[in-house]
Amino acid sequence: MLALGQDEIAKYPFLADAGQYLKDQGFSLEQFGTDPDLKSLISKAYERILTAADGKIYKSDLDGDHVSKEAALPREVFSFLLAIVLLKLSGMHTLIKRFSLAEARRAEKYLEKDLANISDESKNQLAIRVIDDLFSVQVEKSDDYFIIPVSDYLKHSINFHEREWKLINRHVENGQVFLSPHETVRLIRKELGTYINSKIINAKTPTMIPGFEDSVNKLVLLSKKFVTYTVSTGEYPPCIKHAIDILEKGENLPHSGRFMLATFLLSKGQTVQQVAPLFKNAPDYNPRVTLYQLNHLAGTSGSGTQYSCPSCEKLKTQSLCFATSECDNIINPLQFGRKKK
Amino acid sequence: MQEADTLFLEDSFKKYYFNHFDLITVPERTSEREFGYQKFNSGMTRHISLKDDKELHLLLMQNIPSDVYCSNAYYTFPNLPMNEKDWKEADLIFDIDAKDLNLPCRESHTVSICNDCNDVSKNLTQCSKCNSTKIEKKSLPCKNCIDASKIEVEKLSEVLINDLAITKENIQVYFSGNEGFHVYVYNSQFQEIGSRERSELTDYISLRGAIPETFGMKKFKQNRASFPDFNENGWRGRFSKHVFGSKSKRSKIITELLANGYSSFQKTLDDVSENIGVKIDPNVTMDIHRIFRLPGSINSKSGLTKIHCDNLTNFDPYVEASFLSDDTVEVIANSPIEFKLKNKKFGPYLNEKVTVPTFAAVYMICKKLARIA
Repeated sequence: MLALGQDEIAKYPFLADAGQYLKDQGFSLEQFGTDPDLKSLISKAYERILTAADGKIYKSDLDGDHVSKEAALPREVFSFLLAIVLLKLSGMHTLIKRFSLAEARRAEKYLEKDLANISDESKNQLAIRVIDDLFSVQVEKSDDYFIIPVSDYLKHSINFHEREWKLINRHVENGQVFLSPHETVRLIRKELGTYINSKIINAKTPTMIPGFEDSVNKLVLLSKKFVTYTVSTGEYPPCIKHAIDILEKGENLPHSGRFMLATFLLSKGQTVQQVAPLFKNAPDYNPRVTLYQLNHLAGTSGSGTQYSCPSCEKLKTQSLCFATSECDNIINPLQFGRKKK
Repeated sequence: MQEADTLFLEDSFKKYYFNHFDLITVPERTSEREFGYQKFNSGMTRHISLKDDKELHLLLMQNIPSDVYCSNAYYTFPNLPMNEKDWKEADLIFDIDAKDLNLPCRESHTVSICNDCNDVSKNLTQCSKCNSTKIEKKSLPCKNCIDASKIEVEKLSEVLINDLAITKENIQVYFSGNEGFHVYVYNSQFQEIGSRERSELTDYISLRGAIPETFGMKKFKQNRASFPDFNENGWRGRFSKHVFGSKSKRSKIITELLANGYSSFQKTLDDVSENIGVKIDPNVTMDIHRIFRLPGSINSKSGLTKIHCDNLTNFDPYVEASFLSDDTVEVIANSPIEFKLKNKKFGPYLNEKVTVPTFAAVYMICKKLARIA
């Protein structure tokens, strides 16, 4: 673990050992529930979660790059730690997810600032080390850019759907990708969120602490707001319709197209026997092979793995995507026609 | 395929494997690879692990496979079922196939074989004899196909070396035994990346999914200076060489591009991608559990050997990859297309009995254009 200075803990509170921090500061959790001076920190923690639930970034008391007041730093860290306690006590996973993401984005701002800090080399180095230690991305500074190996870049960029993150839209030279500080940090946002999320999920849940109940109850109510129901129209997406058309015409559907069609229908709950007749018109139809392959995809034979329907992205590269406006930015054909209520 | 044909192919393949042990060697780190093979008229046997050349040769002589495969992946337990193999890493691999190049010559050397009545005709979607639509296409690639594939291999190597910092020694090119080339990349930073990452890499190499901004065209606040310079590295450099043609034309063409607007630029980009993007099969590169034809083994689609190309420019597969015997054999050939093997011309044959060398007979039988008389 990194050795952290005072203001670093405030910027990146998730890097600190929470229990140890409280002990070092000479506090116990119970004190926060009872001590009138400390109680306000629970409200602060609650606010922090509320802001995250709204999809906003918690505005910190930290003034610029430094902790201006002696008191601001511990308050900042405490509100983070107490927020985790509240979340654990409420047990609401949707809130934990939103909180982690918001905290990741907050930390991202500081990382970016630290990374771009040319006057203070130590800040710069700390940010580079955080990125390397937590996410195994080797960042090197080269003039105004940060360069990382293409393979490291790919491991993270594949989680983005925006085209500007595709490797082809990046400055690539000599096996390295050139990024701005902003892009470097943006690249690991999701993993930063996942990291914070897993730290919270893996933290021990304390028993209810007197003085915490009100906030916890409010959180449980709040989380109800985020439950969504989905309905499905049951209509097939254009890629699947297209594949069925091709087969009905007796034309050749490539292997990848057959794979897509079969995995789609099997995922929608059809049985191997229901799917098999679709391939009857294929130019090279062989009932024995078809059944063997369908059973393999369904996981009823072979390794037992059930294959899932390929993503829209993959279908695009296989020229199997015939997206219409109805597709509405879905990332897998299985999501087609599902509407959130 | 009738039994006499199978027996003949098996016999010819067996002789090859017996006489050409020197051409068939297992790849490095043999015991971490998965091997597989197919026999004539039978399914795939895979999840095999081998220790060394000796075990491979034994497998070949015992089974006389029609095709032999080996993984580009390294596993802790290559002989266990897929999800228990414990995948470690995989060499980067590329497949360049003449059939994906949309070459105009293709039509002239492709035949349609009816799966119902076995009638052979030139390029139809329906059998002229029995009207069946169950048509199988077979192509006898010509010199143009091979030359065009070679150009793609050169383009690929250039991107690998200049953009992705792969050293020349770590790029190995093989003729696939049929219509193209397999390019292997060893010891790169990409050994351990997964399937989705490899898919992204193929998009890069084939110049797919580029946005106008990458090449200097913006929706708003357009700026001439953001267009690529003639001497830039990477795809921006290749783009400018292709689109501007010369340094002196750069300015004039940028003016045109700006005048045509943003959406027209996207079309230009698609066009450029079609022209200068490397035409690799993305599915092959992104599959990290695949087993590939083993170098030195025969491709049963043609009877030619998958062989290493020491000198790609001069490489002629129809001379250098044809290793079967010259002993003659009588076949009934129905090959409306003429072809050349070992510098000898064969065909066209119109359902006639002919006496040809084994290598030519095997070629035609593999392509379903002949049977043993």
